Amino acid sequence: MKPIIQIENLHAGIDGVEILRGIDLTVMPGEVHAIMGPNGSGKSTLAQVLAGREDYEVSAGSVTYQGIDLLELSPEDRAREGVFLAFQYPVEIPGVSNTYFLRAALNAIRKHRGEPELGTVDFINLIKRKIQLMQMDESLVKRALNEGFSGGEKKRNEIFHMAVLEPTLAILDETDSGLDIDALRTVAEGVNRLRAESRGFLVITHYQRLLNYIVPDIVHVMVGGRIVRSGGKELALELEERGYADFETELAAAAAPAG
Amino acid sequence: MPKTATSTIEALSQQGYEAGFITDVEQDMAPPGLDESTVRFISAKKGEPEWLLEWRLKAFRYWQEMVEPDWANIHYPAIDYQSIIYYAAPKGVDDRPKSLDEVDPEIRRTYERLGIPLEEQLVLAGVAVDAVFDSVSVATTYRAKLAEKGIIFCSFSEAVREHPELVRQYLGSVVPPTDNFFAALNSAVFSDGSFVFIPKGVKCPMDLSTYFRINARNTGQFERTLIVAEEGAEVSYLEGCTAPMRDENQLHAAVVELVALDDASIKYSTVQNWYPGDAEGVGGVYNFVTKRGLCRGKRSKISWTQVETGSSITWKYPGCILLGDDSIGEFYSVAVSRLRQQADTGTKMIHIGKNTRSTVISKGISAGHGQNTYRGMVKIMKGADGARNFSQCDSMLIGDQCGAHTFPYIDVQNPSARMEHEATTSKVGEDQIFYCQQRGLGEEEALGVIVNGFCREVFRELPMEFAVEAQKLLEISLEGSVG
Ligand SMILES: Nc1ncnc2c1ncn2[C@@H]1O[C@H](COP(=O)(O)OP(=O)(O)O)[C@@H](O)[C@H]1O
Ligand SMILES: [Mg+2]
Repeated sequence: MKPIIQIENLHAGIDGVEILRGIDLTVMPGEVHAIMGPNGSGKSTLAQVLAGREDYEVSAGSVTYQGIDLLELSPEDRAREGVFLAFQYPVEIPGVSNTYFLRAALNAIRKHRGEPELGTVDFINLIKRKIQLMQMDESLVKRALNEGFSGGEKKRNEIFHMAVLEPTLAILDETDSGLDIDALRTVAEGVNRLRAESRGFLVITHYQRLLNYIVPDIVHVMVGGRIVRSGGKELALELEERGYADFETELAAAAAPAG
Repeated sequence: MPKTATSTIEALSQQGYEAGFITDVEQDMAPPGLDESTVRFISAKKGEPEWLLEWRLKAFRYWQEMVEPDWANIHYPAIDYQSIIYYAAPKGVDDRPKSLDEVDPEIRRTYERLGIPLEEQLVLAGVAVDAVFDSVSVATTYRAKLAEKGIIFCSFSEAVREHPELVRQYLGSVVPPTDNFFAALNSAVFSDGSFVFIPKGVKCPMDLSTYFRINARNTGQFERTLIVAEEGAEVSYLEGCTAPMRDENQLHAAVVELVALDDASIKYSTVQNWYPGDAEGVGGVYNFVTKRGLCRGKRSKISWTQVETGSSITWKYPGCILLGDDSIGEFYSVAVSRLRQQADTGTKMIHIGKNTRSTVISKGISAGHGQNTYRGMVKIMKGADGARNFSQCDSMLIGDQCGAHTFPYIDVQNPSARMEHEATTSKVGEDQIFYCQQRGLGEEEALGVIVNGFCREVFRELPMEFAVEAQKLLEISLEGSVG
């Protein structure tokens, strides 16, 4: 079986400052990987680099996505190939209706795959199905994209986008932060419904609690731009008890001889 | 490595101005320059009555005493009024064609390339077109049907011949020849334009439309439009403009006057994409336009909607004089300045009658080295009890070499007036573009989506087909602006 994504020795930074310092990570089809780590450890940077944000410079390493070199692709082509990022901070695009936007996105993806554009009726039916599936508030779907949405509404909307676009690799960047427990449960249920044999997830989270609802296959601990530990779902619980402090000390110790 | 933003920009910025082709038709022209004899030449060409020649000459003499205004936030080399040709008619249309078949095929092809619905079948779709090619109106379609309802829709020259009493009654009643430098110039040398008269109680059954196109080298275009809606009448009028690519700066100084009597309503929509000049600021149309509506009657309503994407210089303040009690004035505007374009545009709302209301929604978009200025005046006169105004001016910046400026002037002489003013400036963020890209949209498409969202409140005021055209135009004109 081919991995969905294989990241090898990835180094990336911004303005000459290295943030990711050698990431290795492989997601196989059907797997859910959690990435945990303290603030500033580089989790969002990894997500953004995978999505193709040009501000970040990749200085070494490779990313192979379904057998192709992901780093060669423009951000939109990555999206069209099935890479989806639920942003930690989704932006507002005033005046642009959420549905109009989703339709443009979906059709761009379909066009890329050589599929015909989805007509209005088919699209509306699809949206209706997804609203039900994700238990979305219909008014949010009709409003302008994230305009005046609360933090929680924005996060839900990201998951709604994911449901409509049906990506192959979904990267969720702290989708849980800022959600109350009910919203967290809805979001998690949404994600669980989308778990599939053909799909991989990278769930970035700061807290263990999300992982009570989205049970990961593998948990990675990221500190200082490196994955310092990987393990099963019990690693998340261990982290909850020990905190990140130990890992940070371990890392400092490991870095010392080299420095 | 991924395709970079700059390579996209380079590719796209090579794209030309889509309406920039030149039609080869023999022209019937006045020699360059302007003096009384030019005015007489134009008037004689049109076989005008004595009173109109006198009206023009008075305007001309007045203009000679005036100085070009310099208060606007625009910079351009001095205009040499003696090097401009003030009259150019395509040969063979001294006598205007009676039907479409008589129109020069070359001219018709021009319109076809512009996608203008001159053909009857398209007219049946609901647009009656009065096409102004340089200075003479070459074809007016669908007039018979309108005539049945007593609606007059014809070229200005024809109105002078066929309906002199109406023209004389209303000409200059909203924009007097002495109003400003460019209005005076226009009054002296205007060569053609459109005339619309909707009689009492008639709702015009279709949108009326005029396309203006500047073609001849070194010609100025000075058209004059007059729209009168009698008691209870309603009309929606669309104006579209294009000009071919030329290195010289062409002067355009139009005057549009609207008159609405009791309970009448006039909706005037413009999509302007005159040649904007090139990236270095060479060429392009100088657009100095005076547009004003007079809500003369009670409960009358005048609504201006403009989408200004072209011209190297735009100086334009479509306004409303709200004279009748309970009358309503509206101004919805999208103005784009990119390349080296400079736009100084806005509106004037003058509240005179009681309970008059006005709404101003302005969306300025600056990209490249464009400079965009909103200049708006809201004046509440002493007697305007209960007057209300709402103004919203939003500016969007694309890139960091452009500028946006807002100059709202407010003059309230009645304490019962209620005014609201909101202004915002935003920058199209890389975050927004990246978000769209992450969902599968290309960079250009992303910008189009963001800008169209920004302009939505204005676009929804436009008639359907016009709105679609305006969106496309905006997308085309902003291509290559990301980065
Ligand atoms: N655009 C940026 N410019 C400068 N520094 C950045 C930028 N993005 C991230 N960083 C830095 O990189 C480090 C990792 O940040 P981030 O990836 O957001 O971490 P996390 O998501 O794990 O909290 C931090 O020290 C942060 O300050
Ligand atoms: Mg983060």
